[in-house]
Amino acid sequence: MAHLVLDHISVHYGNQAQPAVTQASLSVNSGDFVVLVGRSGCGKTTLLNAAAGLIAPNSGSVTVDGKQIKAPGADRAVVFQNDALFPWLNARENIGFALKLRGVAAKERDAAADRLLALVKLEGFGSKAIWELSGGMRQRVGLARALAAEPDFLLMDEPLGALDALTRERMQTLLLDIWAANNIGVLMVTHGIDEALLLATRIVVLAPGPGRVVRQIDAGFGRRYASGETVRSIKADPAFNQARAELEDSIFEGEAA
Amino acid sequence: MSRALQSIGRSAIGWLLPALLLAGWEIASRAGVISANVLPAPSAVGAAFWKLLLSGELLENIRISTLRALSGFVVGGAIGFGLGLANGLSALSRGLTDTTIQMIRNIPHLALIPLVILWFGIDEEAKLFLVALGVFFPIYINTLLGIQGVDPQLVEMGRIYGMSRSQLFIRVILPGALPSIFVGLRYALGIMWLTLIVAETISASSGLGYMAMQAREFLLIDVVVLSILIYALLGKLADSLARYLERLSLQWHPAFQNV
Repeated sequence: MAHLVLDHISVHYGNQAQPAVTQASLSVNSGDFVVLVGRSGCGKTTLLNAAAGLIAPNSGSVTVDGKQIKAPGADRAVVFQNDALFPWLNARENIGFALKLRGVAAKERDAAADRLLALVKLEGFGSKAIWELSGGMRQRVGLARALAAEPDFLLMDEPLGALDALTRERMQTLLLDIWAANNIGVLMVTHGIDEALLLATRIVVLAPGPGRVVRQIDAGFGRRYASGETVRSIKADPAFNQARAELEDSIFEGEAA
Repeated sequence: MSRALQSIGRSAIGWLLPALLLAGWEIASRAGVISANVLPAPSAVGAAFWKLLLSGELLENIRISTLRALSGFVVGGAIGFGLGLANGLSALSRGLTDTTIQMIRNIPHLALIPLVILWFGIDEEAKLFLVALGVFFPIYINTLLGIQGVDPQLVEMGRIYGMSRSQLFIRVILPGALPSIFVGLRYALGIMWLTLIVAETISASSGLGYMAMQAREFLLIDVVVLSILIYALLGKLADSLARYLERLSLQWHPAFQNV
């Protein structure tokens, strides 16, 4: 059981008048699926980057199990919107890259990569060059790569943002499958309100000017999927629509209509 | 099998036009349309080639010129590559040297020939210096551009992996910059021959350029034409070699697929 805690963090980029994020707190435990939503410029990506250790907050603390985070680490895998795969390596080599840096032998690496390829439903695509794969496939390779290091946390910045609607729906259930099967904590940024509701165990609503946390809402639809209910049945539940209306209200609260 | 034939066919098609030009030239010469004092027939050039080949003069001159070209290329290319890396990786180094390099770049390097002759006479150093200078800039600029053009998200990914600076360089920055570096390499190979031939034509006592100038003195127009054809072939050879290396090391790149 691992705990990732962002405690009252503020981030102020030097060239901007307003802080990107002020006094934001949230926590992710193993088994949580926390989704950040909010209008543009509310600091979602900043919070995620702070959790990853890519930027240091000006005040407040980011800790994993009580230990201060100063740099990126293998316990927190990151998936970007743009797949950020190394184009000079094939799919299998990309997935095994973290293991290679750790000195794991090639045979073991490839076996692990093939296992992960099967997990993201890309069996037999290991030898493909990155440019041969579609956007959805690349993002799945990116996901497999993130999982290769066996992280405690998966930090994802709009991982499905660049995908078409159909691919996106399939990826949502894949994310839930992976989350449910591995006891990992997920922190994800998204623009999709339905996506947030369907996936999250907790939704963190942010507002801009300056970026801050305005509400944290518990949600249980992802858990319902994990215990066997279909997405169609979940979305047909009136509770889903009601939760969506409430979430929309809190996102657009205070914004001039 | 048919794929191999197709690939042979594709490379053969590039030689079709030169072959037709040669045939037309031969016919025009034999028909007396082109005077032998203006342009000797390909067969005459071929005869000159055979004669010089047998005497060993041709191979010796090619050997000397190639050696000069390559040593100048290695020196200039290494300095250009090194500075390109340094300036791509360090803002301090770039701030310190880039302005100076850009100023020198705008002087046509062949305009330095009078100065170079005064400095080095017509010895090997003069040719080496000019070739190195000519080769330096395309390698420098394309190495620098390649490094600056590496996807910043890939570098970020490297940081997430916790790579050391040297790991980041070898595993992310260098492969990312390689396509651009090869562009510089191919361009530099062209400059290499150009510079060497001009330098040898103006001041040398051996090499292909010297052979051509010597032939001019004795009005051996077939040898002059032969030298020019050999420049063309050597240039093509260097370019093919660079493209082969490029394809070999950039197999991952969609632009270099044999599809």
